[in-house]
Amino acid sequence: MRWKALLRSRSGALGTGIVVLFVATAALAPLFAPAAPTTQNLRGALRPPGQNGYILGSDELGRDTLSRIIYGSRISLAIGAASVTLGVAFGVPLGVAAGFRGGRLDRVVMRLADILLAIPRILLAIVVVATHGIGLWTLIVAIGFPDVPIFARLVRGSTLTISQMEYITAARGLGSPDYRIMWRHIMPNLIGPVTVQATFSMASAILTAGGLSFLGLGVQPPTPEWGYMLAQARAYMRVAPYLITFPGLALALVVLGINLVGDALRQAYDPRFRGKEA
Amino acid sequence: MGVFLARRSMEAVLTVLGLSLLVFLSLHLAPGDPAALIAGNQATEQELVVIRQRYGLNDPLPVQYVRWIGRVLRGDFGISHFGERPIWPDLADAFPISISLALGGLAVAVVVGIPLGILAAVRRDGFVDLGIMGLAVAGMSMPVFWISLLMILLFSLRLGWLPSSGWGGLPAAILPVFSVSLASLALVARMTRSLMVELLLEDFVRTAWAKGLPGRMVLFKHALRNALPPIVTVVGLRLGLLVGGAVITETVFAIPGLGRLIVQAVNLRDYPVVQGGVLLIALAVIGINLLVDMIYLMLDPRIRYA
Repeated sequence: MRWKALLRSRSGALGTGIVVLFVATAALAPLFAPAAPTTQNLRGALRPPGQNGYILGSDELGRDTLSRIIYGSRISLAIGAASVTLGVAFGVPLGVAAGFRGGRLDRVVMRLADILLAIPRILLAIVVVATHGIGLWTLIVAIGFPDVPIFARLVRGSTLTISQMEYITAARGLGSPDYRIMWRHIMPNLIGPVTVQATFSMASAILTAGGLSFLGLGVQPPTPEWGYMLAQARAYMRVAPYLITFPGLALALVVLGINLVGDALRQAYDPRFRGKEA
Repeated sequence: MGVFLARRSMEAVLTVLGLSLLVFLSLHLAPGDPAALIAGNQATEQELVVIRQRYGLNDPLPVQYVRWIGRVLRGDFGISHFGERPIWPDLADAFPISISLALGGLAVAVVVGIPLGILAAVRRDGFVDLGIMGLAVAGMSMPVFWISLLMILLFSLRLGWLPSSGWGGLPAAILPVFSVSLASLALVARMTRSLMVELLLEDFVRTAWAKGLPGRMVLFKHALRNALPPIVTVVGLRLGLLVGGAVITETVFAIPGLGRLIVQAVNLRDYPVVQGGVLLIALAVIGINLLVDMIYLMLDPRIRYA
């Protein structure tokens, strides 16, 4: 990993800072949160920020918004990480095999990728949820599944280029079996592009998860989730606009941080940027 | 060129076939009985038998698929479970709304995004560049539903300038179109900037400056002309995402488009509507991708001979 490059640019350092902050918040949620995220207090409902000890206000059931946002970071980051892992775990091997073996396997995999990529990500996720019901694991599959063709296609392209290299021919000449060439000689060269794509995929996965929950098809109450909090807050927009502001801000911030990290990583891995200050 | 188009069209047809199979199978790949999925959890065994009969679920899958495709090709997407009426009219009403929303968003992304990108590239590393690119990253990171709600809060509830929901007429379209376009706008601006930054360093651009061509001419004819093909590709491929993003926008602004129709259908477990809606959107995306390839062909003469 090119951690130094990540911190060298100002925006990369900012992004890393934001991501570290959110990961720490998620990990240490019980320490940071002033209250339990699901504790209701109907007498303290819909308090604006700063009142009655509600730092960011309270919702219609008197639950502390700040605590709910803090605990919400757990679910968003977990879903993001899990679904990207799924996309990488299936997409990368498929892409390497398709690119390296070529022929019929390649044609079939790429055609399947085309088909899946023709369905907008959120719709594909909606189809999975519609047929498999609502639940945490369904949600992860629904969000991670559309990533599979993205990684497969990316990796296939890089594999095609790498397979042309002389050292691959050399490895073949020495009698290395295909799986060994793929694992030892091709995969390590894919770490760069896959890491960069994984970062952007994670950002998009977190947004999609929030969107699905906003539509009522994702994380279910009483689990605190930012998208769902926004959906609930709609009904109180006139009287309690702060309920809209903060969960959305948290979501936008974490995605911004991840996107900045992705930009910095892309520059670090892209030879055209190497040596230049970003 | 003819060969390229023919091959590309063939691929599109294959994709459409595969897609229809996938959409058809999605009902059958789900765990459990498709009849139960259609009827809902509370269905009695007797109701299930009726449904299996009515939807022909007892036949072998290939037979069911061919029958389904045959009906879809005739515009018969089946009967909604609720209200017992054909689905097609609903889909046909909603489809143009979603497409105009997405196209509107795309137009805004291009018309605003390309000039912003050029401006940032020309003022490279300056204050303007930093500002535009900062806004672009922020725009990419904003959840559609959040920015929509914030805009409703400001422009509808606080200022009362624009309607907060509904469809029809320009005022009602402004907020949703902007919310749909934001992420693409940001992407187009970023892409235009990075392409232009590289092109402006090219020898032929320097030559153009050196021989005293007016700046406008150098920027647009020499640099932008070469940046356009990749921009067209990305913008075209974005359209799918735009239609997807429209799912959320339509829900927030209560716009009677395909996205909202699909989400409502999922909540009602009205599966034929979900199937039809997804199929229609995916078909539109494939068609648009084909169109993008053709435009690319016109913009980049090298491909014609490849």
